Amino acid sequence: MEQRRPILTLKTGTFFLSPAIFFVILFLIVPFVWIIVVSFTNQSLTGATALNPEFVGLQNYLDLFNFDTWLTRGNFGSSMIITLEFVIGSAWIGQVVLGMGLAIAFYRRKGALREFVNTLVILCWIIPDVVVAFSWSAYLDRDYGTLNAILNLIGLGRPDWQLAFPLFAIILFNSWRGAAFSMLLFSSALATIPPSYLETAEVAGASFWQKQRDIILPLLRGHILTDMVLITLWTFNTFSPFLLTGGGPAFKTEVISIFTYRIAFKFFDFGMGGAIAVVAMVINFALALVYLLMLRKQAVYS
Amino acid sequence: MKRYRKRISSVLYYVFAVLAIAFFGLPLLWLILTPFNSRASLAVEIPTAPTLDNFRAVFQNKFAVQALTQNNLIIAIGTMLGVTLIASLAAYALSRARIPGRNAMAYTLMLFSSVVTGTAAMVPIFLIIMGMGLIDQHLGVILVLIGGNLPTAIFMMRDFVDDIPASYEESAMISGASPFQIFKDVALPQVRPGMMVVAVWSFVNAWGAFLIPFILLRSSDKLPASTAIYSFYTEAGTPNILLVSAYALLYTLPVVVFYLLVNWKYGFRFFGGIKR
Repeated sequence: MEQRRPILTLKTGTFFLSPAIFFVILFLIVPFVWIIVVSFTNQSLTGATALNPEFVGLQNYLDLFNFDTWLTRGNFGSSMIITLEFVIGSAWIGQVVLGMGLAIAFYRRKGALREFVNTLVILCWIIPDVVVAFSWSAYLDRDYGTLNAILNLIGLGRPDWQLAFPLFAIILFNSWRGAAFSMLLFSSALATIPPSYLETAEVAGASFWQKQRDIILPLLRGHILTDMVLITLWTFNTFSPFLLTGGGPAFKTEVISIFTYRIAFKFFDFGMGGAIAVVAMVINFALALVYLLMLRKQAVYS
Repeated sequence: MKRYRKRISSVLYYVFAVLAIAFFGLPLLWLILTPFNSRASLAVEIPTAPTLDNFRAVFQNKFAVQALTQNNLIIAIGTMLGVTLIASLAAYALSRARIPGRNAMAYTLMLFSSVVTGTAAMVPIFLIIMGMGLIDQHLGVILVLIGGNLPTAIFMMRDFVDDIPASYEESAMISGASPFQIFKDVALPQVRPGMMVVAVWSFVNAWGAFLIPFILLRSSDKLPASTAIYSFYTEAGTPNILLVSAYALLYTLPVVVFYLLVNWKYGFRFFGGIKR
């Protein structure tokens, strides 16, 4: 490509960016720095350490990673494991697989059925959190819920979802809640594949699975990566399961965002809350880094 | 053989569609039916004698009605306008100016945004808003929501801007249009579908926001519906199921209507599927 003069000079570009930069500095960078600083102190809401917090060095981090207790329920390690299961179950398996299944099933199809399913999936995504929480509490209710009514009908009994399988319940919930984003992303990605690729394959007699494996998956690899990073970040930080289970019973659904909330706002231990947030950020950052490296590698090969 | 295969694929398509409708639709049935019932239940019951009494009772609660008709609209529209305009400007700049490190910047922003929407940042955000003297004001909530939604909005918007050819803008530049004129009159009309996606997305996020208004607002007449819904709880802390479901349905309708409208006029989709 020839080097053309860019439409915006660096100066105008920066000017256009300035409102965004203002918001980013005020509401992202400043809180970020605050969290890092506070994580090395014992600041709390009340008491002597509220006004004059003391520098405690790595104490908060050492407490988090106290390997004698950290796997006990309600502690940091246990919460990390729950978060990992939650992310793998609801983001990587639930949302990516569901979203891709929907996108592929409705690819190159038209008509009312496609529109209806599309709209329904997107509605599940845009309905307010609080409403969804009420609706799902009713849905999962042991005695009256729709889910158990159906399971009972086919002879599977009435499991108590929120007591016996709470983690599975929030994984199911979050897959349902977020599948729309992956569906939208993969649908528009599929639309960029030239139809001639698939037509040629069909003429050559390729089966459905061969087409998926040899044409669609390789062309979508970059989109799958993008999708996974975005929804991993969002799932890692989502607070909505709190509205369904409150982190319980017995901390069984206490993902890292709910754990942070409990430490920072129930115990008002801001220092420790900050330390948890810093560890979570480091993990997010590492994930994004792996992703960027994979994208770069892919760009080299293609 | 080919016809046989085609029939199987068509049967599988319908089976999949029915399963998808069941999976996504069943959890919502209760929300749609219960408000029209006269008997409270957690079970899905088709009302034998449909009634609007629950909605009448909801409208008696002035505080909850005001949350929906005023507070929610102010917060959601303010956030939507701010996010869409600022993100469009920023995405345009990132796409059309050679700003060093612009790709890495977009990703770093995404990372930060997951921090600010996370629970840990609530304390510093409270302190910042307090320092600005905006506690218990809708403006404070709007500003924080704009900050939290901007990075993802820029990320989505950039995909749309990258997809439009720069040639029109180049001709406009040669005929002497100013950068802002080029942005407003040449680029924006072409990325309108993208702006609508971002608008719906930011409106929906602000409309449903719970934690930030809960922390930053104090007067009960300023709270949005996400917190006002709890005024349908009895003093013992149990929900009045009929009123909660009726209010929840009213609370849901605006986002559904807004989405359907945008989808009908512009089509709600991403352009190239967010490539990078």
